[in-house]
Amino acid sequence: MIQADLSIVLPEVILAVFAMAALMGAVYTGKDKTAPIVLWATSVVFVLLAAWIGLTGEGINTAFGGAFIDDAFSRFAKVTILLSAAAILILSQDFMTRHDLFRFEYPILVALAVVGMMMMVSAGDLMALYMGLELQSLSLYVVASLRRDSVRSTEAGLKYFVLGALSSGMLLYGASLVYGYAGTTLFSGIVTTATEGDVSLGLLFGLVFVIAGLAFKVSAAPFHMWTPDVYEGSPTPITAFFATAPKVAAMALFARVAHDAFGGAVSDWSQIVAFLSVASMFLGAVAAIGQRDIKRLMAYSSIAHMGFALMGLAAGTAEGVQAMLIYMAIYVVMNIGTFAFILSMERDGEPVTDIDSLQNYSKYQPGRALAMLVLMFSLAGIPPLVGFFGKFYVLKAAVDANMVWLAVAGVIASVIGAFYYLRIIYFMYFGEDRDALDSSMPLAGWAMLMGSATVMVVGVINLFGIEGLALVAAGALVN
Amino acid sequence: MESIILFAPLIGALICGFGWKLIGEQAACVIATSGLFLSAILSWIVFLTFDGATEQIEIMRWIQSGTLDTSWAIRMDRLTAIMLIVITTVSSLVHLYSFGYMAHDENFREGEVYKPRFFAYLSFFTFTMLMLVTADNLVQMFFGWEGVGVASYLLIGFYYRKPSANAAAIKAFVVNRVGDFGFLLGIFALFFLVDSINLSDIFAAAPEIAETQMTFLWREWNAAEVVAFLLFIGAMGKSAQLILHTWLPDAMEGPTPVSALIHAATMVTAGVFLVCRMSPIMEFAPYATGFIVFLGAATAFFAATVGLVQNDIKRVIAYSTCSQLGYMFVAAGVGVYSVAMFHLLTHAFFKAMLFLGAGSVIHAMHHEQDMRNYGGLRKKIPYTFWAMMIGTLAITGVGIPLLYLGFPVGFAGFVSKDAIIESAYAATPMGFAFWALVISALFTSFYSWRLMFLTFYGTPRGDKHTHEHAHESPRTMLAPLAVLAVGAVFSGMVFYKPFFGSFESVEKFFGISGENYALMEPLGAAYAAGAAEGEGGDDHGSRVIGAPGDGAIFMAESNTVLDDAHHVPTWVKLSPFIAMVIGFATAWLFYIRNPSLPGKLAENQRPLYQFLLNKWYFDELYDAVFVRPARWLGSFLWKRGDGNVIDGGINGLAMGIIPFFTRLAGRAQSGFMFHYAFAMVLGIVLLITWFAIGGGAE
Repeated sequence: MIQADLSIVLPEVILAVFAMAALMGAVYTGKDKTAPIVLWATSVVFVLLAAWIGLTGEGINTAFGGAFIDDAFSRFAKVTILLSAAAILILSQDFMTRHDLFRFEYPILVALAVVGMMMMVSAGDLMALYMGLELQSLSLYVVASLRRDSVRSTEAGLKYFVLGALSSGMLLYGASLVYGYAGTTLFSGIVTTATEGDVSLGLLFGLVFVIAGLAFKVSAAPFHMWTPDVYEGSPTPITAFFATAPKVAAMALFARVAHDAFGGAVSDWSQIVAFLSVASMFLGAVAAIGQRDIKRLMAYSSIAHMGFALMGLAAGTAEGVQAMLIYMAIYVVMNIGTFAFILSMERDGEPVTDIDSLQNYSKYQPGRALAMLVLMFSLAGIPPLVGFFGKFYVLKAAVDANMVWLAVAGVIASVIGAFYYLRIIYFMYFGEDRDALDSSMPLAGWAMLMGSATVMVVGVINLFGIEGLALVAAGALVN
Repeated sequence: MESIILFAPLIGALICGFGWKLIGEQAACVIATSGLFLSAILSWIVFLTFDGATEQIEIMRWIQSGTLDTSWAIRMDRLTAIMLIVITTVSSLVHLYSFGYMAHDENFREGEVYKPRFFAYLSFFTFTMLMLVTADNLVQMFFGWEGVGVASYLLIGFYYRKPSANAAAIKAFVVNRVGDFGFLLGIFALFFLVDSINLSDIFAAAPEIAETQMTFLWREWNAAEVVAFLLFIGAMGKSAQLILHTWLPDAMEGPTPVSALIHAATMVTAGVFLVCRMSPIMEFAPYATGFIVFLGAATAFFAATVGLVQNDIKRVIAYSTCSQLGYMFVAAGVGVYSVAMFHLLTHAFFKAMLFLGAGSVIHAMHHEQDMRNYGGLRKKIPYTFWAMMIGTLAITGVGIPLLYLGFPVGFAGFVSKDAIIESAYAATPMGFAFWALVISALFTSFYSWRLMFLTFYGTPRGDKHTHEHAHESPRTMLAPLAVLAVGAVFSGMVFYKPFFGSFESVEKFFGISGENYALMEPLGAAYAAGAAEGEGGDDHGSRVIGAPGDGAIFMAESNTVLDDAHHVPTWVKLSPFIAMVIGFATAWLFYIRNPSLPGKLAENQRPLYQFLLNKWYFDELYDAVFVRPARWLGSFLWKRGDGNVIDGGINGLAMGIIPFFTRLAGRAQSGFMFHYAFAMVLGIVLLITWFAIGGGAE
């Protein structure tokens, strides 16, 4: 029995064991000198695991009495998480080295966070959920304040930790309410209790608190307040990591809870999710306009994007989940490219994040400026780039679910949001002459930037087939 | 072969327009011109060997959408064949002519390359015009219809530095749009009625349409009448008939070869062609055709009166064109489509010739266009003089009346114009159309001779220097004149028989009877037969009535105008000749005998003179009724509607409200953790309250 269970959670076990082994190995050997090796080893393990999960996994397997679920949905999310985490790790090496931040703990903490994320997306029980969530969160709190000598970085870590604790408290409170009214922490048990039109008020309150906790993780308004400060304060590679893998994990967990545990009460939570979606889209769009710091700007951008992903979820249908998964996959790819660029923004060896420094960038680096142009257009959702299709799918899901008002709100918000993306392009192409930024860019960063931009253009052909994969994944979750 | 005719000009236009940088300016123009000559030669071969049976040559599948199913195809019948030779002949000659005429142009700066553009436009125009006449369905025809509109717009505005040319181009386009709207409605109506836009289907359904009633503008109408009327509105625009004629005189802002090709010989006759093409519908619409006759006659008269007093040499010819188009519409309206086509053909030759001749004069006089500054040019430019003389003899209708050698003897215009006037009499004896046309013939004669006398006779007036430097045009400009002269002299006599001879010959020629009539071999035989038959050929009994769509044109059994026209009283046959002589004599009196007379007359009849000089005040009227209100409305919507409401709204939103929220969000992001925590708690409270109060709590 336990052997069968372990074979299902084998990828997580392997990653956890690897993380601990790497920690021991590094501590007893060269410490920070081994950091590059650990980083690359971690990346390789991520990629191998992603390949393993993606290529061999099939069917629906549950372990530990239903507390752990391995299905197409979790596999889709895990592959996305692993690959994006690997990409971010590789991206960060150069930056970390040059800014004397390269601790061997960094890749190990990321690996542990990824274990937590994989746990989250496979959770089939409130306790498994909490365990995964906390493992991920604790790792992230630490990496946020990786730069211990910087006030900003430690402030970011502290804020994240305190507010995260508050949200965890809400989540736990909600979980206890749910347990109290449903009599079980298993999703499969809750779903039998919470059926349409027959949800007790206590269960409903529990649901609201659980969702509030999850909304904090996906940084949906009004639980987003930590995001800009943490994004700005953390070292840029960490910010890039925050903006990608954890968002996918949290969004997948959100969908998991909503459909697996409360699939019988769609109309109840869909209102909440729709509210979160609209609030996030508008807040992200409106607040980003005032930002001059590109990292803060990307924070608001990610808030707005989470709003769009939540729109797919708010539809409450398999189509909506599919749209959400497509959206997240596209979002992650765009963000990797964008952060690869942001990492290269330096002047005299010091990182700069003011968007004013991009003035006339196209004159010095036409290739990179063009790639950025593609990515910004794609983030703004301008056809025919891939980013448009992400938006198109969620809007379509909302319309098909008779939530036309939500789709209209989304379109209006994306129009407002287009402003700040276009402003970056405006600066790069029509700005005044300023001191040029440093022209150096590590090969990995350059490859990620160009690759991401290329994907945005080439992907319009068939979105690399993720449509079909997302459909299968959504089918596994919603039935 | 037909495809080559159609596409050679297009290929020429593309190579010339886009490739001249590669192959050089001169080579590009030569390629465009040779494409046209190729087309012209093939067209003549097609025309001469064509046997009258309608053929459809499919080029590609085009539209398939629901019941709308149509191919891009060439409809090859007699009408098409006639139009092919008219278009390609005139066009190729105009191309050739343009080598000389466009060689140096003061409207362009030194070193500016404009010739390939000009040739490309000309060839493009020719392609679209061919598209129009070869169309096998109405949408294809509309494509050509709009294509020639675009080409015309581009060419009228060719001197884009001249504000007047730009204004004229826009005017031509806009006025044509009014007609196009009618044409489009006609196409829609036909599709609505027949469920097809293919000409064959429409013709087959024509008798049925005549029985149908349809609601249009809140009233029940006979469907055939509505369709015929709507199509005619389209024709009115393109052919510059009264009400929609104002663009044609202004279109003379374009280079003169353009005027000759587009605004005399081809594009403006598209309306006549359309009416003839849709003859199966027209035959079932007596009221609509009555209207066509009336409007055609009115246009002929109106334009002729205005032509009497114009001073710009091109404007005189432009009004003359307008007037002659009126003649054609009268012919089409009374049901002798063949005669309309006949006049179209002959008119193409002599009018193109007049324009090219006028161009030659203008060229000689260094772009002076006012006839009051000409005079005595006969000796300076003898070849041009003779060309213009032949053109004038043709348009005024000089010939030997009542002499019949199997065909009437006279210049082209004499034969075809008399045929129209006789037909008009046969259809409406002593009616408005007949008298209007006869009086117009008088005026035509007057203004044509006035043009001749003012230009070539008398003493040189105006700038002395210009007169001294007046020179004959280069050979490239004279050769086309020579070719056209042949047409202007002989086309009437040669083609009399098949176009107007008798029912039998016309029906054979247009393929109605199903019998073959290839022009090449039986031309001689037909004339021999015609001569033996004596005047008109009294073969009413042997007439074959085809079904609508059988041949290129359709004449209902009750339509005997063609035959009746041969039996009109002798004074009717003489009347246009007499009118011509009176016109000539008056012009001679006014401009040779006593040149002070016109001034005195204008002084005596001041209001009338002003009325004519200002073209019956049509432009002023339109300006007051349409242009000003439209401009007022436009500027109202622009300044108030767009500027204040929309821009104001959007700007207010984008620059007022959104930034307000942005500031608000910025302020909320205080950096204090307790604010953030407070926001989260607030969110929770909000959601809980929602559920506690709202519907979720049941």
